[in-house]
Amino acid sequence: MKSLKIYCLIFSLLSFCHVGAQDTTDLMKMLEMEMESTKEMTRYTTATFKTTRLVNGQSVENVAKGVMDVKISHRFGNLNDGGYELFGLDKATMRMGIDYGITRYLMVGIGRSTFQKTYDAFFKVKILRQSAGQKKMPITLCYVPTIAYKTLKFEDPTIENYNSSRLSFSHQLIIGRKFSESTSLQLMPTFVHQNLVTGANDPNDIFAVGIGGRQKLTKRISFNFEYYYLVPEYKLPGTTSSLSVGFDIETGGHVFQLHFTNSQGMNERSFIADTKGKWEKGDILFGFNISRVFTIGKSH
Amino acid sequence: MKNLILIFATCITLTSTATAQSYITKNGKISFFSKTSMENIDAVNNQAVSVLNTQTGDIAFSVLVTGFLFKKALMQEHFNENYMESQKFPKSSFKGSITDITKVNFKKDGTYNVTVTGDLSLHGETNKVTVPATIQVKGKSIIGSTAFNVNVDDYKITIPKVVENNISKTIAITVECSYEGR
Repeated sequence: MKSLKIYCLIFSLLSFCHVGAQDTTDLMKMLEMEMESTKEMTRYTTATFKTTRLVNGQSVENVAKGVMDVKISHRFGNLNDGGYELFGLDKATMRMGIDYGITRYLMVGIGRSTFQKTYDAFFKVKILRQSAGQKKMPITLCYVPTIAYKTLKFEDPTIENYNSSRLSFSHQLIIGRKFSESTSLQLMPTFVHQNLVTGANDPNDIFAVGIGGRQKLTKRISFNFEYYYLVPEYKLPGTTSSLSVGFDIETGGHVFQLHFTNSQGMNERSFIADTKGKWEKGDILFGFNISRVFTIGKSH
Repeated sequence: MKNLILIFATCITLTSTATAQSYITKNGKISFFSKTSMENIDAVNNQAVSVLNTQTGDIAFSVLVTGFLFKKALMQEHFNENYMESQKFPKSSFKGSITDITKVNFKKDGTYNVTVTGDLSLHGETNKVTVPATIQVKGKSIIGSTAFNVNVDDYKITIPKVVENNISKTIAITVECSYEGR
């Protein structure tokens, strides 16, 4: 009889636990536990910058796989040209270009600038991707080699000119980090080689260290800056470091970039190695880039 | 001694019945659809986690916002960055119950229409929702599915004027989960 009492007691106790197990809080606990297992996944950082260019130069962003990005960029004349030139708006150089994402890690691009009638091509490969979770990586690292071909007529056609003299190359590493939802920074050590330079003592190889970043002002507008410091022993005479500030405005499939810069060219050789304008003298150019993306291939 | 065996037996039966009441899925499918005359936007997430208690009807869902896959990469980026702010609100969840769970006979195969009511939390906002759903019992598995609409305004998701014609203010959501007992 006594044992039956104990049995009843234990039974009721167990039934009580049993009811407790059906509580919503327990259900949520179970859900949380299941979600924990998904937490261990690697979460890759996305949207470090709004587009693949900061102002003139490359950002750590790639276009996604199967996406074509058509870029039309303009740089007007110097602001200090005065009212006669409508502060530079009467003059314009432009670059038309197309970027395409082959894989998530690799994009290619081609372009043509009116400035010195230059064709350019590049690829950008992502070596490291910033991530959190299971795989932790504090930075994104990209490597961007470019080639540019100047088709401007040779100054002196009477002498023997080589086609290879038209070529220039650049190699760039981009180390970027998205610090928060609104703040991203990147460093860009860059090497530029020109096959032909004007003076006999001018260096063919130019070194520059770039720094750039963005600060979001709203969800769709960000402030960007970009500065390429030229290492003094490795720069062409009369050239200065390129400094640009601007805004990115994103509207659906478009990104509009409006900026002020002292560089006229829009490929690595011309804006890093061949910037002649000085901010302090008012050699500032207004410019814009328009980016429009089209999804062509499959993204996954 | 006999009693001890009896207790043990009861324990085992109880625990086994208790576990059989909890059904779970880790690859529930949640998709949504925005239809406008300009463009259609759809995305799918196949990693929704959901638990269902067949005894009480309690049901809960949790899903990672970044897990929604779009056909267009830029849409996915904007979805996470501008609309859902998935950095700030990484998870969306639902916690509620099937109010008429007694209608469902889990021992008999068939399709049952039920009503689910509870709190839907997304983009940091929680609203009470009541939606019709179906429970399909098929041997040992349970398939739960529903389709309902949410208004983006209810969850403080703002659509800027420039893309007003591209994104619908009412988003159609479909859920399909195949639960397994545990």
